[in-house]
Amino acid sequence: MSFLAENWPVLRDAFLTTLSLALLSGLFSLLLGTVLVAMRVSPVAPLRGLATFYVEVFRNTPLTVVFFFLVFGIVQIDLSFPSRFIAAVSALSLYTSAFVAEALRSGINAVPPGQAEAARALGLDFGQTLRQVVLPQAFRTVVPPLGNVWIALAKNTSIAAGFAVSDLTAALTRLSNANADELALVFAAIVVGYLVITLPSAALFRLLERRVAIVR
Amino acid sequence: MSTSSVLFDLPGPRARRRQRIGTVVGLLVVAGLVALALWRLGSNGQLEGSRWAILFDTRTNVPQRLLSALVDTLKVAAVGMVAATVLGALLAVGRLSDHLWVRIPVTVVVEFFRAVPLLVLILFCLLFLPVIGIPTSAFFALALGLTLYNMAVLSEIFRAGILSVDRGQREAAFALGMRKSQVMSLVLVPQAVRRMLPVLVAQLVVLLKDSSLGFIVAYPELLRTARSLVETLNFQFGPIYTFQLYVAAGVIYIVVNVLLSWLARVIERRTQRSAKAAAVEDVELPADVQMGGGGGAITKV
Repeated sequence: MSFLAENWPVLRDAFLTTLSLALLSGLFSLLLGTVLVAMRVSPVAPLRGLATFYVEVFRNTPLTVVFFFLVFGIVQIDLSFPSRFIAAVSALSLYTSAFVAEALRSGINAVPPGQAEAARALGLDFGQTLRQVVLPQAFRTVVPPLGNVWIALAKNTSIAAGFAVSDLTAALTRLSNANADELALVFAAIVVGYLVITLPSAALFRLLERRVAIVR
Repeated sequence: MSTSSVLFDLPGPRARRRQRIGTVVGLLVVAGLVALALWRLGSNGQLEGSRWAILFDTRTNVPQRLLSALVDTLKVAAVGMVAATVLGALLAVGRLSDHLWVRIPVTVVVEFFRAVPLLVLILFCLLFLPVIGIPTSAFFALALGLTLYNMAVLSEIFRAGILSVDRGQREAAFALGMRKSQVMSLVLVPQAVRRMLPVLVAQLVVLLKDSSLGFIVAYPELLRTARSLVETLNFQFGPIYTFQLYVAAGVIYIVVNVLLSWLARVIERRTQRSAKAAAVEDVELPADVQMGGGGGAITKV
């Protein structure tokens, strides 16, 4: 117990860093993913192509490579992020948004064509159809896949530790050097830190799924 | 809604003009972005042929090092793939067992390894195992971490595949007087495998992606090799080849992954064509599985 009391500030800060990494990247990737999916179903061919290219590239790139480029790569072309934390949020958002876009697209595909046809028949244009008819329904069917993306994102934040962001995983390496005799306790504390984020999220998303599910 | 064309009408003359303008503007934006990137690269001299030539210059040892890094990456991924598939199959059968004393521990193991970030697992293997007297190395820790995490994910895929076989098959097999092990091995698994194959291959691609975590635990995979090459070359020539080496490592990763994904799609098409799998419906791969680095914890209860 003394271990927990001694290292509480470190663990708390690390936990908050992980949580804010996950929340910020989640927010940005949701926004970017929505834009991407709108581009992917739009009538303008270059936008469609660009979005498809983006999604394909990021789905086939390891997240570590994305981190690597944003941290070590872009410095070479005279760009840089103000802090490692912001670089980590960008890497996570860029990577995750591709998966958000895919989840949303599967949701759009799950909306029965009759809905869009009816909207078109009522005279709504592309934007209105998407905003007022298709996307609200799509968002509901994608609650479970988006929940999965969110949980995977929360766990993927651990990669930021390899790039000098002091999150939970970084605290793990730091504390394990200092407390070699209590290594099992260190690991338990870190794992609990992640579970505190993922388990309630899973429960919440299940609840949300039941609430918003459309019976078809 | 299989085609997105429902979202908009066949364009009339005015809409066509608008779309053409949109297309041109879109193309200009894309071209502008590409040009901006090229200009930034060019103004830093990153596009000079001599700088890129080092990637193919065998005298500097760069191509050899990159090749051996690729081999090392594939090696750890291959070990992980085989071990995770075997263990995952065992765990799946265990989780479907009739005996409570098998099912409950297996469920706990699977859920635990799915819930922990992969990097934490790898670090656990790297830092904790030596403490309890098991010698470890970066390769061993990486392979073990990949195995533990992916066996849990794969066991869930296998379980879903076996459960997706029509229950009539199972009932008919029991009615014929088969034993539990016969039902599993002669009836359920052969049908389930066809169903699972695309998802299985896709997950193996994710495993390959995740082997890049070796960078963080100093296993000499592509990124780590690029980094150490940069250090040696910077020492010799100054920092002029950095960007090129990073790009090379990244591009090799992406190309290998794209090739494997393409293989997965080919396998998927073949399984769908095969007559025996006529009843197979599309199995959508959950996004959390595709994202790697730690799957989701939302399981259907």
